[in-house]
Amino acid sequence: MSAVYETVQAQPEVETVVPPAQPVPVKTTMNKPKFELQEKLADGLRWIIPPMLGILAFIALWALVAQETENLPGPLKTWESAKLLFADPFYNKGPNDQGIGWNILYSLYRVGIGFGLAALIGIPLGFMIGRFKFLAAMTAPIISLLRPVSPLAWLPIGLLVLHKAEPASIWVIYISSIWPMILNTAVGVRQVPQDYLNVARVLNLSEWKVFTRILFPAVLPHVLTGVRLAIGIAWLVIVAAEMLTGGVGIGFWVWDEWNNLNVEHIIIAIFVVGIIGLLLEQGLIWIAKRFSYE
Amino acid sequence: MEKFVHLDHVDVKFSTKKGVYHALSDINLSIDQGQFFTLIGHSGCGKSTLLNIIAGLQDATEGAALCEGREIKGPGPERAVVFQNHSLLPWLTCYDNIYLGVERVFGTKEGKAKLKQRTLAALDLVGLSHAEQKRPNEISGGMKQRVGIARALAMEPKILLMDEPFGALDALTRAHLQDELMKIVAATNSTVVMVTHDVDEAVLLSDRIVMLTNGPAATIGEILTVDLAKPRDRLALANDPHYHHIRSKVLEFLYQRQMRPAAA
Repeated sequence: MSAVYETVQAQPEVETVVPPAQPVPVKTTMNKPKFELQEKLADGLRWIIPPMLGILAFIALWALVAQETENLPGPLKTWESAKLLFADPFYNKGPNDQGIGWNILYSLYRVGIGFGLAALIGIPLGFMIGRFKFLAAMTAPIISLLRPVSPLAWLPIGLLVLHKAEPASIWVIYISSIWPMILNTAVGVRQVPQDYLNVARVLNLSEWKVFTRILFPAVLPHVLTGVRLAIGIAWLVIVAAEMLTGGVGIGFWVWDEWNNLNVEHIIIAIFVVGIIGLLLEQGLIWIAKRFSYE
Repeated sequence: MEKFVHLDHVDVKFSTKKGVYHALSDINLSIDQGQFFTLIGHSGCGKSTLLNIIAGLQDATEGAALCEGREIKGPGPERAVVFQNHSLLPWLTCYDNIYLGVERVFGTKEGKAKLKQRTLAALDLVGLSHAEQKRPNEISGGMKQRVGIARALAMEPKILLMDEPFGALDALTRAHLQDELMKIVAATNSTVVMVTHDVDEAVLLSDRIVMLTNGPAATIGEILTVDLAKPRDRLALANDPHYHHIRSKVLEFLYQRQMRPAAA
């Protein structure tokens, strides 16, 4: 709470500090904008230089290792290959040869379905587990037993029950991303400050109002943390699951390119998977910030 | 005057990990309408527990707690509470925080326009009309506490219960809010029960000061009547010998008669 409060407070302070730095009015009208531009530029540079250096160091290291290794393509070779690959991302030459765009979209689709189902079931379940001690005690042993199971261990069960590869990989996403959503929601419900619940009792609010005005907003940041962890896991798991199940998807594509011994494409896939994971995570962080009032 | 709240041989026991804790013992208290009561005592003596019994947030283990002749079962809008830490909902604006209570109490009988009018009137009463659309984390501690008071008053409670409402504020803000509270109470003729640990605050605001002995098994040691004329002015009182007389009586109770058991 105080952190947000301080940043809100800090902005006007910066503005009030600037004016005293302009003693002569005629000159300052000329100098001030230039001064501010320089400040902004310096600020931007300070912000951008360390990550840029990090990336450059990484590429340099990669180039060095690639030079010493026989089969590993260097950054330049990979870049040339990526330009070709992304020149036509949505071509379709039958089920085993489609553009990288299609592969990414298929993977996202599977993650979306599996993760969406997990949210649909996991979040309400988390609310109930957090609210009712009996249910929490009832589900605790099962959750603690199943949660640490490696996601791919669920794949054979999925194939067995659902008969097809496609729903089986969705099932793996579902089962591996549901736990953080259940657990975080339940913790959030349990941590709703007693003060707020006392307010609800004193104001004699209806159950519906208690839920919409107190429980839900109070728990929302926890829910979003669960969602963020879950989507991270889902995206991690889909690559591995698709390697095993096949079909169109970024995971299978990696495997396919390995069989073709197209190492550049594997490296590109690694970057693509990383960037999409990063975007998903940042998107959810952005949403979570919008709903944080503390 | 009518006996509004009546506590008859109230006992409170908590079951803790270390066994049963006897918090309050044999509390007998009658609160008349239109009077300002303060509960004072050392930390942990059960002042807040006593207030919570009247609020209905805590049940008496033994004895009877009555409000208008009926047993207190759970909280109700006729007994509004101002919490020590304001307890405003951080995701609602000041207006919405107050409206939540107003809607619950008057929503079935009155139209939207009237509910809005009530909410705005409550904000105006505590001088915060300008902060209507601000969220709690955008206003100061004193303002938050004023919104808390406005929320309680907007429900037109028969009794206002305040749990150390100014305890977390700095001395200047506290004095300012005490003055405002005096004005509001005089204007609305409210019945108030306030928990405090501040002797000056108790003498300045109260008609009766209820002094509690130390826990465990705390009980009412003495009820002091504050017969200073109203309206009271803190500057004038500073030179009033009667004010100092009452003040020293409270201090004597707290620091001579009740200090030793705590130290032992």
